[in-house]
Amino acid sequence: MNTGDLYNLTKSPPIKSTQELRKISTAYFKDLEASSNDPNQKIAWCSSVGPAELLLALGFKVYYPENHTAMLGTSRLANKYIPAAIAQGYSPEICSYLTSDIGAFLHKETPFTKAYGLKEVPKPDVLAFNTNQCRDIQDWFNWYSKKLNIPIIGINSPSFVDDVKENHIHSVVTQLKDMIPVLEKISDQSFEKKKLNHIVNLSFQCSEKWQEVLETAKVAPSPITFWDSCIHMLPAVVLRGSQIAIDYYKMLKEELIERIENNEAAVPNEEFRIYWEGMPIWGKIRSLSEHLCDSQTSVVASTYCSSWIFTDLGSSTNEPFTNMAKAYTKLFINRSESSKEDYLIDKFKTFNIDGVIFHNARTCPNNSNTNYGMPKRLENRQNIPSIVIDADLNDLNVYSEEQTKTKIDAFVEQLAGV
Amino acid sequence: MLDSILYAGIDIGSSYTKVVLIDQNNDIQGSNIDFSGIKLHSAAETSLKAALPKNTNLTAVKKIVTTGFGRKIPAINQIPFANITEISCSAKAAQLFYPNKTLTIIDIGGQDTKIISMRNGKRTNFKMNRKCAAGTGTFIEELALKLRIDLGEMNTLASKSTNPEKISSYCTVFAASEVLSRIRKGAKIEDMIYGAFYSIVNRVLEIDTINTDVVLTGGLIAYNPIIADIFKEVLGKSMLLPPSPQLFVALGAALYASQLK
Repeated sequence: MNTGDLYNLTKSPPIKSTQELRKISTAYFKDLEASSNDPNQKIAWCSSVGPAELLLALGFKVYYPENHTAMLGTSRLANKYIPAAIAQGYSPEICSYLTSDIGAFLHKETPFTKAYGLKEVPKPDVLAFNTNQCRDIQDWFNWYSKKLNIPIIGINSPSFVDDVKENHIHSVVTQLKDMIPVLEKISDQSFEKKKLNHIVNLSFQCSEKWQEVLETAKVAPSPITFWDSCIHMLPAVVLRGSQIAIDYYKMLKEELIERIENNEAAVPNEEFRIYWEGMPIWGKIRSLSEHLCDSQTSVVASTYCSSWIFTDLGSSTNEPFTNMAKAYTKLFINRSESSKEDYLIDKFKTFNIDGVIFHNARTCPNNSNTNYGMPKRLENRQNIPSIVIDADLNDLNVYSEEQTKTKIDAFVEQLAGV
Repeated sequence: MLDSILYAGIDIGSSYTKVVLIDQNNDIQGSNIDFSGIKLHSAAETSLKAALPKNTNLTAVKKIVTTGFGRKIPAINQIPFANITEISCSAKAAQLFYPNKTLTIIDIGGQDTKIISMRNGKRTNFKMNRKCAAGTGTFIEELALKLRIDLGEMNTLASKSTNPEKISSYCTVFAASEVLSRIRKGAKIEDMIYGAFYSIVNRVLEIDTINTDVVLTGGLIAYNPIIADIFKEVLGKSMLLPPSPQLFVALGAALYASQLK
């Protein structure tokens, strides 16, 4: 199976900072491996928009299964593993992150071995989830909890939220605080608010810098594409709460500003600017990136990569629980249809978008905004043309390369007035 | 015809390759339809040669536009060419037959169905079926295969239906099983086949809303005009049928070829 170079998946001119990204990612995974072998160092598995800061504040090393399963997708190994999870009773229609990750575990294989030299995924001491993305994350972690006999805790977030109100925040804050005694016992460390405040602040700075990186794409031609961002978002996911992530995004932003000054485009001769709504199709990043690049079409922004912008982490001083609760409840995926529409229209304007590609991910209805009429409503509101691609985040069995590329080509021809 | 200048549109579909040759006045000078098979380039070249008028050789063809599922083939005989999607080619052909009209093209192909919106002669939008054979020509092909009926007989049989049956299954494979099972229980074969065509129309109308005049194109329409009758019944309006629905996209490609620089 070809796993290729997971850091170089686009046709755009190489981003030099990628070297640093490789370095800090490798260090992160090596540290997790060392921690996994150290009985005194505790490891928490955490959902990617979960309570990471609280876990870090209590001394845990934090591992994110969603990062692992995105690698299974990118390396096109997912379809090797999904059947093993289906055989365990999980439907092929549910989250293919869940099925490919559990399948890989059952196969006793991981792409970390080839990418970072890890023998296996780091062993957890606790599993911490947040249902702000979906219920599947809880089911996913529950499987490991039973299989490995590891405690599981989490936050059941209010979902489909229109305006985030005080009662929503109060609920999440309470649940966050309820986690503390359990985590203190596992980590054998006492909770210190000052420490949590510091880590939330680092996460906030990371979020700010990541936003600045993404917003360099406001310039035409854009110095960065969605495809690049799918790779460079790694520190925002796994290293937020650390200075390393902040420094990395400072470096990346400087490089992108230099590109803008030199009129160096991510897509040479950029003609059209596209917004990507929905999950990436991880196993097709290279293919789609090349295809669109050849059509002088730059996918300049996405909801997905912007989902790690947590402006509210810095909303109040010395209120880390409230800030976390706000940031993680205001998440796009967790919101009402009308909130999502307003968010998207703002993004279309910010990035001067010509058209939208909606990804209807077969196994991720929660992060597919195509099933309740949104593309048509947005077209009517904004007169921005769009297409819907039927595919999946990891399960390539439901992806039709020819049909997808015909749709994209016809869409670009439409934008060009052919 | 030795001195003629021709422009070729080659629509390489999943089932058939269609060629239309036009002259400088956009008049059709030749056409051909053949199986696409496995070697798409070879099918395109053979079909192109077969479409040539008598006493004309390939040197008369000055420009080519390929379209359809297999459009990205290499050049034929080093003739200048481009590839353009079947969606744009459909719209191009519609501009010739129905200039400046606001209308909807429904193109039912072998593996996918497209609904293309035109406003005042300009393409404004398009939708395609989801990755599923329901509502495409494959649905009827699979059914014919299962019933051991020649594909060409399906329209004749359906037109004999007096009490159309409704097929409940969405899935092509399950629908074929359902049809067989119900025939075994006494349903008339012609009523079930009519039901299958009805099912295609329903699947197509799920793709998008239609508020304008409708042009029907594609091979399935060409060989099964009963579909146009069903559309008329469901939508309550007459359908526009171009002279050769199966060659419609290839004609659009030929029109693009004539404009290639």
